[in-house]
Amino acid sequence: MADAAITVEGAHKKYGGTQALSGLDLLVARGTVHGVLGPNGAGKTTLVRILSTLLRPDGGRVEVAGHDVLTEAREVRLRIGLLGQHAALDEELSGRQNLDMFGRLHHLGARHARVRADELLARFDLADTGRKAVRHYSGGMRRRLDLAASLITDPEVLFLDEPTTGLDPRGRTEVWAAVRSLVGGGTTVLLTTQYLEEADQLADRVCVVDRGRVVADGTPDELKAATGGDRIDVVLRHAGQLGAAVALLPVPAEGVRVDPDRRLLSAPVTDRMAALSGVVRALEAAGIEAEDVALRRPTLDEVFLHLTGDDERTREAA
Amino acid sequence: MTTYETYGTGRATGGPGTRALTDCWTMTRRELAHWARQPVQVLVGLVFPVMLLLMFGYLVGGGREVSGNYVDYLVPGMLALTMAFGLEGTMLAVTQDLNKGVIDRFRSMPMANGAVLVGRSAADMLQSAVGLAVLLAVGYAIGWRAHGGVAGLLGAVGLLLLFRFAMLWIGIQLALVAGKPELVQAVQILVWPVGFLSNAFATPGSMPGWLGTAVQWNPMSQTATAVRDLFGNPGGEPGHIWAAVAWPLALLAVFFPLAVRRFGRLSR
Repeated sequence: MADAAITVEGAHKKYGGTQALSGLDLLVARGTVHGVLGPNGAGKTTLVRILSTLLRPDGGRVEVAGHDVLTEAREVRLRIGLLGQHAALDEELSGRQNLDMFGRLHHLGARHARVRADELLARFDLADTGRKAVRHYSGGMRRRLDLAASLITDPEVLFLDEPTTGLDPRGRTEVWAAVRSLVGGGTTVLLTTQYLEEADQLADRVCVVDRGRVVADGTPDELKAATGGDRIDVVLRHAGQLGAAVALLPVPAEGVRVDPDRRLLSAPVTDRMAALSGVVRALEAAGIEAEDVALRRPTLDEVFLHLTGDDERTREAA
Repeated sequence: MTTYETYGTGRATGGPGTRALTDCWTMTRRELAHWARQPVQVLVGLVFPVMLLLMFGYLVGGGREVSGNYVDYLVPGMLALTMAFGLEGTMLAVTQDLNKGVIDRFRSMPMANGAVLVGRSAADMLQSAVGLAVLLAVGYAIGWRAHGGVAGLLGAVGLLLLFRFAMLWIGIQLALVAGKPELVQAVQILVWPVGFLSNAFATPGSMPGWLGTAVQWNPMSQTATAVRDLFGNPGGEPGHIWAAVAWPLALLAVFFPLAVRRFGRLSR
């Protein structure tokens, strides 16, 4: 791809005894948000660390912003921003001191670094806390400052490694809003996450990584379509009737999922309208009260479980 | 928001050399900013050797077999010991830094490789220089006198700082190799016997033969002896200055490149 911001071909990395990456391929077009989904230990963080020149790949070709991460690390570093899983900030210094320091290390010069620090503090709503030591910051504030630090030079490529892990819902919303506001500016974003909702919300394309390789790649819609058709969700009034309901539904038993807490059962369907009327009639005939019956597309959650072969929840339901 | 274009990539100012110097200065500023935020910690670091000096001068040292004034013998020893103990301070600071996420950001930035270490060593050297001044002042207050003139004084301070610089890079290398706070604790304990296995508090002549030999070979003893010579204090022997220069330089020749290389390859 001529205008690829990230090119990875057959990347290998072995850590101690584990094969963290085993022939991973990835192409990310400029100006897009690419989600990398995968369970813990799938190789997401290894991938980000290799892309951001923190780790050397054992084999394969890895280029970021048109430069090889091994032979042109400095060129790569000039063009990237990194938001790692753990805050990459000096906890003893204030937010302003941190940004000023990173600006100087980007060789903006003392005056520009100061101006840039103030700009970013204002942009990420941290101006009031600019002089307080970072260790007194809340999780959400820390994340926003970390993000601000990744954006000192308006990077061509921004890596976000599980940017909202460990944040409360409010912090998560804050970070999402900040990421969305960036995307318009032409920055390429590579985002790893365990939260499918996050990828669905932010990413143009998603790839699913499992055991160090990409097992699926496409737009969220394509991936959902690839997993199978629509699903029907039924919420019952009494959780105790879930078992009975599963037995009499006019849908194939495999792929049925049951969530007793939400009194919900969910099943794949082929013919939408036939399934809808069939389910309603069957429930009525058996005297099982439903609170809600709805048709919907599969979620990325289901895509993810399908692709990584982790079908525990499906098995539980069967 | 409107001025962002001016911060685009590649607007680095100056050549590689200028940039490297700027990076080193930025990292030194970082350490100085840490001091400004934790003045108590800095103060404790300065008071501790003073406490040792007073303890040995008044509580322990009374009966030492040294020709002349014991305080005159003790102060140069304490100066050298303080420089040696700097090793664990450096190791602790580097270990703490390496276990912080901020190192990842430094390493993913287009900054000079090793500027983090240079910043550390500049700050530690500055602290050591201040520590020496404080110790000399307290020593003077309890009766220590230098008889070697200004040249002797400057020479002695130079030798002490050179020794500290060697200890500093050993501390950095140890931190890079060990990398865990638990191991710093081990080193913090081990510096005591190694530091005391010197002529800081007692003459090698007062020790069993083999121990005395080990003590004489301790690089710290070489520095202490040379410093005593330059100060005109008891225990000084001419001809040790070359050893007090050669030992630290030899240690630096080994540990400086090791540490810089190790830092560059960290976890890669």
